[in-house]
Amino acid sequence: MSSGVGVDLQDMWIKFGDFVAVREANVNIKGGEFFSFLGPSGCGKTTILRAVSGFLEPSDGKVLIGGNDMAGKGPNERPTALIFQNLALFPLMKVWENITFSMEVRGASADERRKRADELLDMIALSGQGDKLPSELSGGQKQRVAIARALCAQPDVLLLDEPLSALDLKLRQHMRTELREIQKRVGITFIYITHDQGEALTMSDSVAVMKAGIIDQISDGKSIYDDPATAFVASFVGENNVFRGKISKIIDGQAIIDTNRTGLLRGRVSSMAQGKLSVGDDAMMFIRPEALDISEEKSASDTRIIANVRHSEFEGQSYNVFMEGSAGKEMKMALTNRGETRLYDADVELTLGYDANQAVIVPAGELASE
Amino acid sequence: MNGFMKEYFRRNGMLLGWTLLFLVGFWVIMLIILPQISMLDFSFRNHLPPPEMGGPKDTYTLVNYKFLIFGAQGNEDGYNKVDLLVFLRTLIAAAFVTILDLLICYPIAYYLGQSKGGGYIRILVLLLIIPYWINEILRAFAFRIIFGDSGVINEFLMLFSIIDSPIDFIRANIALYAGLSYAYILLMIFPMYNVIESLDRNQIEAARDMGASWYMIHKRVVIPFAKPGISSGCTMVFMLSAGALAAPQILGGPSSLWFTQLIYQWFNQGGNWPQGSAYAVVLLLTCIVIVLSVMRIFKVNMGDIGK
Repeated sequence: MSSGVGVDLQDMWIKFGDFVAVREANVNIKGGEFFSFLGPSGCGKTTILRAVSGFLEPSDGKVLIGGNDMAGKGPNERPTALIFQNLALFPLMKVWENITFSMEVRGASADERRKRADELLDMIALSGQGDKLPSELSGGQKQRVAIARALCAQPDVLLLDEPLSALDLKLRQHMRTELREIQKRVGITFIYITHDQGEALTMSDSVAVMKAGIIDQISDGKSIYDDPATAFVASFVGENNVFRGKISKIIDGQAIIDTNRTGLLRGRVSSMAQGKLSVGDDAMMFIRPEALDISEEKSASDTRIIANVRHSEFEGQSYNVFMEGSAGKEMKMALTNRGETRLYDADVELTLGYDANQAVIVPAGELASE
Repeated sequence: MNGFMKEYFRRNGMLLGWTLLFLVGFWVIMLIILPQISMLDFSFRNHLPPPEMGGPKDTYTLVNYKFLIFGAQGNEDGYNKVDLLVFLRTLIAAAFVTILDLLICYPIAYYLGQSKGGGYIRILVLLLIIPYWINEILRAFAFRIIFGDSGVINEFLMLFSIIDSPIDFIRANIALYAGLSYAYILLMIFPMYNVIESLDRNQIEAARDMGASWYMIHKRVVIPFAKPGISSGCTMVFMLSAGALAAPQILGGPSSLWFTQLIYQWFNQGGNWPQGSAYAVVLLLTCIVIVLSVMRIFKVNMGDIGK
């Protein structure tokens, strides 16, 4: 079992002509960690992965693997193995030949390779399927073969480029658990690229959220979700009601924001924004749909909002209520399904309440596009 | 089969359906099968003056095939060494041209197929195609001029004092091989290019990521994938070079005769159609047998070639 080799990106820039794909990335990935880059398509996350695997050289800055500078080393000289988005299994090789290709390249004998392939096939629960062609396997099985093929090379770092995106929902959720288990078992560093926040949050020890080449926040999944650093992170990860306005008062860790349409509201200043906001600054406050609830009190206050129901829907684990506040401010509330029906007719007036600690205030910034 | 035909007519309608069937049938039967059968029929007949055709002497015979193998009657040698040697040399030369084209075209096809750049690849392909707007015979003559005693190549070599006197490229058959290889280059490039273009780049990168050298990548990933294109190209180049007439006629040295030239002589100079037909049938069947056996050795299916 490997002790875990870390990966460091130091002031890394990647440019294609005038286009800056990655801007000044500074990332410290600890050995044995499951690290995800999360971002919309085109944000540069795959570019970062290609720079780590050696398929492209950074325009500036360094990639260190296990403390060693990787400059000038090709993909075949780095202790990394990459799992491609489309898996890139070799269609004309049998499953066992696919898995042990890295050994064949090093000149291992067929017996030796066959033995190792059988071990790995056992590990991915595909015993006895070694003589099939990849085209004879199901999507999830191909997935596991690709993982086995990458692990066969005994890399220190496994790089995964959205490998689950082609699978259907059930299988995807199953593979998340499986990937996490494999990572814990082999103990090597996993770097995972995804645009799916669910994948990033469920599997990762740390998540880096990216927007247009810039890393906005690096922390564990809970902080990303509950304590976003920027407006982009708050709007990209999960759903959020956003209230724009200006800071009108700051009281130790919390602030009152004078929103454009909903009046004065109280919230908690994001820990990354602490000390960076002052009275009069443009700011945004985010309240998750599940943080809103129906209030006992009927009057508005700095943690209560009055809104009219537009429509409501049943989604299984929750009831979603879509509402319109003053001046047409749209809001969404998610009420947990506890057995009783919680559908509201249109035009019913509700008073919504929230805990100020669950409303996060960050400096105004660009939102993730819908 | 019945259901298939019903579906076919339902989809195309009666008029279009029958027109297509007629055209394809006409093409296959009138233009391919019947002429070949009549050629086969000719090859088993005696060489007779026109008035005696259909007469009592017009019987089936193996005399034309015997001639190719054993030579004229009364030939004490036993075998028709001259013609058999030409036959063998033609096949070997055609195989040589095929291998040469394969070696030249594989890197080009790989480069064209795997480059992502759209615009300038199209220009490169166009540059490959444009020379073929020129008539085959003109191109052969152009090669004769280039490779001539006072041609560009000899002049160039002598200018830089690499050689003292001109090399006789024609006599050495270099001009012939160059001309034939050049004539069928596109038929080798395009089938390979089509297949290699559909190869997922990620597979090459995956192999590289796992430490494979370029040799390994081509041996284990690219070539197995490109095999249908390679065999399709090789088949065409081999068949066409073995059956070429213009290039050997124009570029061949005085001592080298192509088997097709013998066939041509029997038909046009000798006026002996049955003899010419027998030669043509032997060439055709031999080429088919060679192609099928090579396909078998390299485990290529007939269906793959159409890909």
